[in-house]
Amino acid sequence: MPRDRSTPSHRGDISRRTVLQGAVAVGVLTHGQAVSSATVAAEQGEASKPMAPYIGSATSRVDGRDKVTGGAKYAGEFNAPGLVHASVIGSAIAKGRIARIDVSEAISVGGVVAVLTHENRPPMADDDKAYKDAVAPDQGSPFRPLYDDRIRFSGQPIALVLAENSETARFAASLVHVEYEPEKHVTDLYSKLNDVVSLKAPAKPRGDTASALASSPVRHHGEYYVPIEHHNPMEPYASTVIWEGGGKITIYDKTQGVQNVHGYVCNVFNLKPEDVRVMSPFVGGAFGSGLRPQYQVVLAVLAARALERSVRVVLTRQQMYSLGYRPAMIQRIDLGAETDGTLNAISHDATTVTSQYENFHRNETTWSGLLYKSANAKYAHNLVRLDLSTSCDMRAPSATTGVYALEAAMDELAVALKLDPLEFRLKCYSERDQSSGLPFSSKNLRECYRQGAEAFGWDKRSPEPRAMRDGRELVGWGMATGIWEALQVPIAVRIALTANGHAEVSCATSDIGTGTYTIMAQVAADMLGLPLDGVDIRLGDSTLPQSPVEGGSWIAASVSNGIVTTSRAVLKELLRLAKEMPNSPLATAAPEEVVLSGGMIVSRRDAARAVSIADAMQHDGVDRIVREETTRFARDSSHAHNTHSAIFAEVKVDEQLNVVRVTRVVSAVAAGRILNAKTAHSQVMGSVVWGIGMALHEETLIDHAFGRIMNANIAEYHVPVNADVQDIKVIFVDEKDEIVNPLGVKGLGEIGIVGVAAAIANAIYHATGKRVRALPITLDKLY
Amino acid sequence: MAQPNAAAQSSIGSPSKISVELIINGVETKLDVAPWTTLLDALREHLDLTGTKKGCDHGQCGACTVLVDGRRINSCLTLAVMKDGARVTMIEGLATDGVLHPMQQAFIDHDAFQCGYCTPGQICSAVGLIAEGKAKTAEEIREMMSGNICRCAAYPNIVSAIQQVMGAS
Amino acid sequence: MINFEYARANDVADAVRQIAADPTSKFIAGGTNLLDLMKEDVERPARLIDITRLPLSDVEETPDGGVRIGALVPNSDLAWHPLIAQRYPMLASAILAGASAQLRNMASTGGNLMQRTRCFYFYDTVTPCNKRQPGSGCSAIAGINRINAILGTSDTCIATHPSDMCVALAVLEAKVHVAGPGGERVIPFADFHRLPGDAPQRDTNLDANELITAVELPADGFAKNYTYLKIRDRLSYAFALVSVAVGLEMDGNTIRRARFALGGVAHKPWRDEAAEAGLNGKVANPEIFERAAGLVLRDAKGFEHNAFKIELARRTIVRALIQAAHGTPQSQNNKKIA
Repeated sequence: MPRDRSTPSHRGDISRRTVLQGAVAVGVLTHGQAVSSATVAAEQGEASKPMAPYIGSATSRVDGRDKVTGGAKYAGEFNAPGLVHASVIGSAIAKGRIARIDVSEAISVGGVVAVLTHENRPPMADDDKAYKDAVAPDQGSPFRPLYDDRIRFSGQPIALVLAENSETARFAASLVHVEYEPEKHVTDLYSKLNDVVSLKAPAKPRGDTASALASSPVRHHGEYYVPIEHHNPMEPYASTVIWEGGGKITIYDKTQGVQNVHGYVCNVFNLKPEDVRVMSPFVGGAFGSGLRPQYQVVLAVLAARALERSVRVVLTRQQMYSLGYRPAMIQRIDLGAETDGTLNAISHDATTVTSQYENFHRNETTWSGLLYKSANAKYAHNLVRLDLSTSCDMRAPSATTGVYALEAAMDELAVALKLDPLEFRLKCYSERDQSSGLPFSSKNLRECYRQGAEAFGWDKRSPEPRAMRDGRELVGWGMATGIWEALQVPIAVRIALTANGHAEVSCATSDIGTGTYTIMAQVAADMLGLPLDGVDIRLGDSTLPQSPVEGGSWIAASVSNGIVTTSRAVLKELLRLAKEMPNSPLATAAPEEVVLSGGMIVSRRDAARAVSIADAMQHDGVDRIVREETTRFARDSSHAHNTHSAIFAEVKVDEQLNVVRVTRVVSAVAAGRILNAKTAHSQVMGSVVWGIGMALHEETLIDHAFGRIMNANIAEYHVPVNADVQDIKVIFVDEKDEIVNPLGVKGLGEIGIVGVAAAIANAIYHATGKRVRALPITLDKLY
Repeated sequence: MAQPNAAAQSSIGSPSKISVELIINGVETKLDVAPWTTLLDALREHLDLTGTKKGCDHGQCGACTVLVDGRRINSCLTLAVMKDGARVTMIEGLATDGVLHPMQQAFIDHDAFQCGYCTPGQICSAVGLIAEGKAKTAEEIREMMSGNICRCAAYPNIVSAIQQVMGAS
Repeated sequence: MINFEYARANDVADAVRQIAADPTSKFIAGGTNLLDLMKEDVERPARLIDITRLPLSDVEETPDGGVRIGALVPNSDLAWHPLIAQRYPMLASAILAGASAQLRNMASTGGNLMQRTRCFYFYDTVTPCNKRQPGSGCSAIAGINRINAILGTSDTCIATHPSDMCVALAVLEAKVHVAGPGGERVIPFADFHRLPGDAPQRDTNLDANELITAVELPADGFAKNYTYLKIRDRLSYAFALVSVAVGLEMDGNTIRRARFALGGVAHKPWRDEAAEAGLNGKVANPEIFERAAGLVLRDAKGFEHNAFKIELARRTIVRALIQAAHGTPQSQNNKKIA
């Protein structure tokens, strides 16, 4: 395929280039001159850890220039000669079957190439296994687009109009006539509470929670509701399939996992792995919605195979509401405590929504048992199956929702106990994972509380609700704790180092806005002793070394340590070459005794003993060293691995009109080593805004009579706009973690949102004295 | 511009195309488009200028913001045929001779984006905002940039980037 | 979006001639609402008549001290126009409370009057809607009606008019100049928009072949004691749940003349002259504001999800009257409610 359609690679931040010119030059200096650089490296790197300028620094995004010039191309923006455009037709009913589809009028429109339905589509797999992608729920039959006449949810794709341009496709789509045989549908969670699927207890209960609750002098029971929410990434879901000829296709897909899509497409269409390439050089946000392959990729491949042409399918904003969503849920929390604030018992039940055909769920309730010291805890989780598409992961799945309920309940119990909410949490502070009993690899939540409270001015809080005001506005201060897992997954990284001091680092991961390109460049530059602009990053291509989907905040830790592993392999080879040089100053050095710094292979012990990388490679006539290593993280069953946060929020609520403004938020995060101070700050700041949206704005509205989402747009599904966001302060507390992984990285994509909605809800209670237990807290709920 | 074909045509038939001339990023560009082609689709699909983004196609997100005759508008709710003769400036036209526009540089400096999909629209909107000269304070910037949704929520950084450019100009 | 033809109008007479010649055609100016609805297949004109090149873009003073606003003046230009900003700040404020800067740069004065409802069921062609398809039924009455009307509803429709600008124009008692095949006529603003009654498909009393050419403001702009207070689900770029425009003529602390209108609660900007009259000659105080609000809302009727709007409207009216009486109008930038 033409070069211009390949994955763009990313070089280091241009703004740092000038600064680092000197460092580049070091690589060709004599040994004597290199001493200073090597000394610097030795001073920065204590023992085994590389400590160089990029890791941790506030480096600007290396893909920034592409993104601010319009050069970054997203899935629906790739082109090919004779590209066919598509328009998806969605079901008007929520359940039943298609009795008849009449496409004759549509097909007669000039420029229409074909209309695909379940009746005339090319063959696709007929077993569930083929449709189970890497992150599909264990139980159920994944949805098969255009497979048969069954309607499983409103908006389900039932036909695909293919035309020479998008306007014609859209017009012809309006001329497809469908007759349905509707069946009775149910889309209301509350109407099915007597018909649930009980899940196995998500974690082992401890103690005797019922008795402990009964005997607790202070108790709280609360029921908390979270509605369906949609991710609404700014980029619409899109797939462009390039028909390469010879049975080969290249798919530009909006996904968080090119290799997941690759495997899925190969299975569904029975294709050879080498005939399919999936690429996602840029992803315009996903937040979990791109973990599983979405139906547009199936439709695009179906169409390309039917026509033997290149095809682009782009969903409309409306159609994106027929993908996955954060499940609506009802959570019941019971807490029991002694009058001094000692927590005796926690009971957490969740009832969450899934489709009729797959059992998607995460464990909302387990966070409650983990976080706070309590001798007794029990959990229950029920699923309600509705005539909707399958729910899915959305930013910090289960913690965003489960911790919201827990932290709202903890606030209520603190009020009942007449304890300051922060003091109450400190009272329940646990140095161990309460479920497993294991100590944490690191946990600096205490410092989050301290620094967050100090930055916020928490000590000036009047405890009583409605006690603080600013003119006509009631002022409320609320806080909450956040927790997420520090996960890591096996990952492979390839590094190709050339003698001119340039490295290409590749991995089939993605950058969905998370800053993966940038942190990869930073880590590689430090490990290889290169300037940032000496490193090119390639990702978002299924042909690159193995990576799982980007989700769960696990990629930063995985890929950065993966780069460390492969860099060491490169270093080993360089050292081997250096030793072959006559009178090599490194003749006796072991690999662990040297580092790469400033273009040199340098002894840690004696910085004067150094060989330039270029010299070592040239001496042996090597112009390129390529190494690919898979990094597997040792299973550490003696520790719990988590990130933590403390969130403090200020709201101002107009006393008569109940208009709520979130005027200040402080989020203090303990997440191990921060790879990039700038992008990390953005991650957490953005997550806080998600929390604001969850607390105040976001709700997918279903008309249960039609079984249909009515605010399927981004005007009436409200996400925060610029005016909704005021002062957000992000603090990263120091947290050295020498256990979790060599770099001590714990991930940041999720932790920032966890607890935010609770902190805001608690602040609204503090301002108004009114406890709203159903999100979002729109102003009508405060009347 | 050529007058559209006056002959009645079936709604089933292909639309007749109309010649328009747009000055796109300073370059006179002739284009034959059907009436139903929006300015956004004309740029993205007919001219393959994909820097301008489609986020909602209904004027609800601002990702498609471009400058038409110096004013920021949503190109998704404008027909290309209606803009015959107009000067259209998009993200691809802001840098000169490879040197980033100060707003582009400010967005990089302040990390005023994450996924980058709303970014071209944010930057064009910010350039339009400064040209309007109505927003001075942070709260005015916030209000007058509220037509550009950023789901990654880089909002405070966007405000900082704009303030940097305002301070410099 | 269906396939449509495109034509340009050369002058007002030509525009009117063209639309009269083809009843399936529609005028297009800013396009911000029409194209939105065409993409949803809610509007399906076979022909668009582009009126953007007509000479209707002036804002000029009238001999009797008022201002005549050409129908094509963009909303943003109007809001920032010195004549409007200084003499009709309530109108400027209302405009700036609506939509986004980009949309205001596109949307025309005439088009703002012609905005159609945001009712979910009007937009979704799969569901019955009397406004979109007369006789099909109203899905909102028993459906999701949080954003729908509480005043002036009928059994056939509970949609609201979404404009902010029109709420201010109602208070200002603007006049709408229109041109039709039979010549020109002037429609008082209060008569321009309709209540749904049994013909909710008709939003306005504009005839199918008529073109709005101008909106005329009387001399009195209530520039001293006014406000536009909009309450919505997020702090910007959202349609009103309830909005209130107020213009007061004060003599010290006494209200000589009061006008106010509500947005977001009815099929048209809602005024109640009896409630306004009750304020005239009174010393401004919260009690009489409460009474006025009570009068306006005496026949308000809530549905399953929007009953809160009655109380919200009551409180918003009171606050807006306080803001106007105190000369502390609501800022559209500072989100703290004055």
